[in-house]
Amino acid sequence: MSADILIVDNVTKRFGGLTANANISFSMNEGEIIGLIGPNGAGKSTLFNCISCFYNADGGRIIFEGQEITRKDPESICRMGIGRTFQIVRIFRDMNVLENIMIGAFLRNPRRKDAQARSEEVADVFRFTDKLYLKATSLTISEQKRLEVARVFATGPKIMLLDEMMAGLNIHEIKESVELVLRLRGMGMTLVLVEHVMEGIMPIANRVVVLDYGEKIAEGTPDEVINNEKVIAAYFGQKYAKRREHKTRIQ
Amino acid sequence: MKRGLLVFILFMCILAAAPLYLQQPFLFHLLIMIMMYATMSIGWNVIGGYAGQVSFGNAAFFGVGAYTTAVLLVNYSVNPWLGMLAGCILSVGLAVIVGYPCFRLRGHYFAIATIAVGEIMVVIFTNWDYVGAAVGIYMPIVKESFANFEFHSSKIPYYYIILAMLLFAIAVCYGVEESRLGYYLRAIKDDPDGARSLGIDIQKYKMIAFSISAVLTSICGTFYGQYVLYIDPSSTMDLMMSIHLCIIALIGGIGKIFGPVVGAFVFIPLMELTRVYLGSEGQGIDMIIYSLLVILIAIWRPQGLWALFSKGGK
Repeated sequence: MSADILIVDNVTKRFGGLTANANISFSMNEGEIIGLIGPNGAGKSTLFNCISCFYNADGGRIIFEGQEITRKDPESICRMGIGRTFQIVRIFRDMNVLENIMIGAFLRNPRRKDAQARSEEVADVFRFTDKLYLKATSLTISEQKRLEVARVFATGPKIMLLDEMMAGLNIHEIKESVELVLRLRGMGMTLVLVEHVMEGIMPIANRVVVLDYGEKIAEGTPDEVINNEKVIAAYFGQKYAKRREHKTRIQ
Repeated sequence: MKRGLLVFILFMCILAAAPLYLQQPFLFHLLIMIMMYATMSIGWNVIGGYAGQVSFGNAAFFGVGAYTTAVLLVNYSVNPWLGMLAGCILSVGLAVIVGYPCFRLRGHYFAIATIAVGEIMVVIFTNWDYVGAAVGIYMPIVKESFANFEFHSSKIPYYYIILAMLLFAIAVCYGVEESRLGYYLRAIKDDPDGARSLGIDIQKYKMIAFSISAVLTSICGTFYGQYVLYIDPSSTMDLMMSIHLCIIALIGGIGKIFGPVVGAFVFIPLMELTRVYLGSEGQGIDMIIYSLLVILIAIWRPQGLWALFSKGGK
């Protein structure tokens, strides 16, 4: 097993009296896909924002490649090699597809020519080659989400945090995005996926971390987690969990 | 784009050849004012148009440029060209001091803060005896020469100097647009948080844009002082001037290199002519007319007049 690339150690984040994340810990290895799931309001996006330093955690530490990053700012995090997307699509609306990717590529390629060349390569990976000069807003939602990932990929990250990449997509598009995630892993990328869409994430995640009411309630392989009582209770309610338990016992 | 370049060169040739077909000093004065405002408005466009940080305090840089040159010239006999350089340095200093706290503000709040800064400058300069307070400063009349930056017999040398400044501003703006800086500024305007998530230090790039804006405005301040040979706070750092810079870019086309140039060629003659012909008909009729124009453009051509000349509004 390779050394942990990212360690989330006892991270706590409060908004006034509300604790959005309470003592959450997990770690991930290089090349792994981690799924971060949980019902609405479980604190997934907050944890995401803490890792990408859009929020600074109130307690605990986040360590990336042996370096503590808990209190850094988003731009330095990106430079260190953690890229993120947003839950609600955030593309540069006044730019075309190529320019969107170039903004990412400029981080490691200060010269325009190099950035453009790099962006064209990235566009190829993300199948945008024939759409380079279309306005970003003219893409479908699914393509816009893909463009956002492409843009982050162009910054040359070691870890990518993808926030609800599959939300609102149809079955066909989900399949495409699963394929894309696997392709990224194939290129050696480490990925954290926040996801609601179970059928998207379960087959591809190496491990799943489940949050509920700001706390980590389970962690394990998708199969382990899916049969975890606490997880079932969180998703379907206590009653259902009990009934289900009863049923299995009878069987 | 090739065609665009050709049109640009042709346009510049017509401007450069103006002394061959124009005689009236007023027309030269008008063209000088047009080009001066175009240069400053290009400066405004870098921060307000590309980076989307609307500044209503850019006249402060004009004032700093004018006053630095004048004070150095009058009190220490420093050559105005050196004074121009000193003015640029101080303007960049001011941009950094103002930018550091103000760029933390978003949207309208930045614009409001810059109004405050501009007004503070006016109050300081109106009460500061060392710089002539409300009376202002008269430039000493010296022998006319390029080195002295003073000409009395003709406006044509001034005309060429400001034409050179305009070309400089266009070149700077082109450099910005074609480089990483330009892309980053557009990203910052579009979505600051998205820009940060891609590793862009938005504070730093806004600061660079504001400094460029300051330099392009400051050199015009120096020019104005040497051209009119008299400066006072109300003619060099009035809020209205900052607003004009913004309106010119708005009329011409925000975030486009030639937007401010087109804007200045429409707005300044309109302003001057309505002032000359209608100024005596009652206070402010010129303002009513050009306000009307701004409203019409906002309705029919929100991308600015430049969009009329370029295909597809590009």
